[in-house]
Amino acid sequence: MRGGGSRQVALLRYLLIRLLLILPTAWLLVTVVFFLMRVIGDPISAAMGGRLTQDQIEDRKEAAGLNRPILTQYWEYITGFLHGDFGRTQDNQAISDVVITYGAATFELVFWGLLVAFAVGVPLGRYAATHRDTPSDAFLRFSAVLAYAAPVFFVGMLLKLIFSVWLGWFPVGGRASTDVELALQHVSPKTNILIIDAILYGEPSYVLDVLEHAVLPAVALGLLTGGIFLRLVRVNLIQTLRSDFVEAARARGLSTRVVTGRHAVRNALIPIITVMGMCIAMMLGGAVLTETTFEWKGLGYQLAEYLRARDFIAVQGIVAFIALVVAVMSFVVDAVVALIDPRVRF
Amino acid sequence: MATAVQRRRLPGAELLSKTSGLQRVTLITGLVLVAVFVFVAAFAPLLAPYGLAQNSADDVAFVPQQGPSAEHWFGTSVRSEDVLSRVLFGARTALLVIAISVTLSLLIGVPLGLLSGFVGRWIDKTLVLIMDAVYAFPSLLLAIVVSIVVAGGTSSSLGGMLSAAIAITVVYVPQYFRVVRNATVAVKTEPYVDAARVTGASTTRIMFRHILSNVTGSLPVIVTINAADAILTLAALGFLGFGIEPTQAAEWGYDLNKALNDVSNGIWWTSIFPGTAIVLVVLGMTLVGESLDETLNPLLRTRRAVTSADKETVDE
Repeated sequence: MRGGGSRQVALLRYLLIRLLLILPTAWLLVTVVFFLMRVIGDPISAAMGGRLTQDQIEDRKEAAGLNRPILTQYWEYITGFLHGDFGRTQDNQAISDVVITYGAATFELVFWGLLVAFAVGVPLGRYAATHRDTPSDAFLRFSAVLAYAAPVFFVGMLLKLIFSVWLGWFPVGGRASTDVELALQHVSPKTNILIIDAILYGEPSYVLDVLEHAVLPAVALGLLTGGIFLRLVRVNLIQTLRSDFVEAARARGLSTRVVTGRHAVRNALIPIITVMGMCIAMMLGGAVLTETTFEWKGLGYQLAEYLRARDFIAVQGIVAFIALVVAVMSFVVDAVVALIDPRVRF
Repeated sequence: MATAVQRRRLPGAELLSKTSGLQRVTLITGLVLVAVFVFVAAFAPLLAPYGLAQNSADDVAFVPQQGPSAEHWFGTSVRSEDVLSRVLFGARTALLVIAISVTLSLLIGVPLGLLSGFVGRWIDKTLVLIMDAVYAFPSLLLAIVVSIVVAGGTSSSLGGMLSAAIAITVVYVPQYFRVVRNATVAVKTEPYVDAARVTGASTTRIMFRHILSNVTGSLPVIVTINAADAILTLAALGFLGFGIEPTQAAEWGYDLNKALNDVSNGIWWTSIFPGTAIVLVVLGMTLVGESLDETLNPLLRTRRAVTSADKETVDE
């Protein structure tokens, strides 16, 4: 065993190297997206192919600066990126503004989704592990596979059909009722995270309205990763329950309940955090589909709109931004794991 | 290559005999679902009562958005197509896309993994960095970007399937790469590799003859799980309007997108049937993949019980 001091140095070094690794990863992603979008075809022709004459296309390309050498464009793109300039959409909005405004909505959705995933996955995973190989364990494992097999948008449509259309318990879509959304436009400071805006506004019925709209999308998105969490907790808990320190705790006369709750569950959560990096990527992908299903006007909904309008510069900007978020989040996840799990070697 | 491996590893009976109880039920359920899927895909034109884009018969137009009836068992869509026929033809599209993408992924991912693991040095470092970056990219977004590039914003029948397949390939190459590379690194210092080298075998021969045959053990598992993932990605692309022209081929995700408005109006048959088809096929493949995983690698049972998509570092 190393002493505490050298461990800290090693930890810092690890975090630093990991941080520095984000840069090439992010650069690579942005570059790949750029060249894929530009070299093989240019965004304007792809967008307008068949709808404009060749001359009109040339004019648009000129206006968008697409006629200059590709490396010049690339250089400008990268330097623009470093200054937070992601380019402009076809209707001349700054993509950075789009990303900030709608990103908040997506963030809110992913947050609710993670909440559902934890609320479903952790307790059920714990139950399955402590009731290993019983029918209920088998049922839970099967449900987890089913949650994985069902596309998030199909689950969303089912939820919508059952709970909004047939039972009428929840709204069909959107982030809030029209009047609430209008009222919340005027709240200041406006975060565009509607639940915070509603709380700032100070009207309880608005908060409730926002929450009601969030339930079905959150469940649809949460089930996507909830199944994975369930299986991870189950597998790791089974493993942890077999390990020496659990035996030791048992030998000290602690009850199974205390051993599981205090010692084992905490250890079984560490792998969840590790997989969180992957789950965030999955959640963001899932959010694109969930937002389309529920008309949740976030970044994913916007992305789908731009896709349909064939505005590939906007698509490129949003995709690059999401890639950056994923790169940064996976660093954060690694850092958290390194900080809380003493077994991680650097 | 893959089929050869699978055939050797999957003589059905032998595999089944290795399982018991719940595991056996899982495997059989999965195999039945996959078999039905392949059967439907192969015989779609014979099984389907109508064509995939047909909206009239005997000069009588189908009534749009009609509930299930004797003429249309699964009802009709908003564009008057027979939902049953589209669901059946959808299997064909899905199977084709899976076949193309899995083949391409194997052809690209496996040699790269071998090269990276065996040669090492800067080739390894570069490839690992690139593959990790691609792997970290949200897979759906990557598929969207690639399908834009390949299809250039338009999609014909084969072009649409091909662009979807290529998009899915790019997403899954890193997984094959990772597994093959790690396995190669693990076996390349084994004595039998040295022995081969001493007898004068060329590097290529060592890589493809000696090492490959020893690292392919986990490929069937990845293939089945990726095939399941591929269906989900294909459906997601279609759902976002990036699939295949509806007149050229039936695609479940696209049909679900068209059914979005129906759902709000309480019309259930246009979404339930294609959606259930996706769930059953993905479920079947996932179940087969997991049973394979548990029976082929009993030692890894707890370690790999999540899915191949999870990082290998899960319990390190």
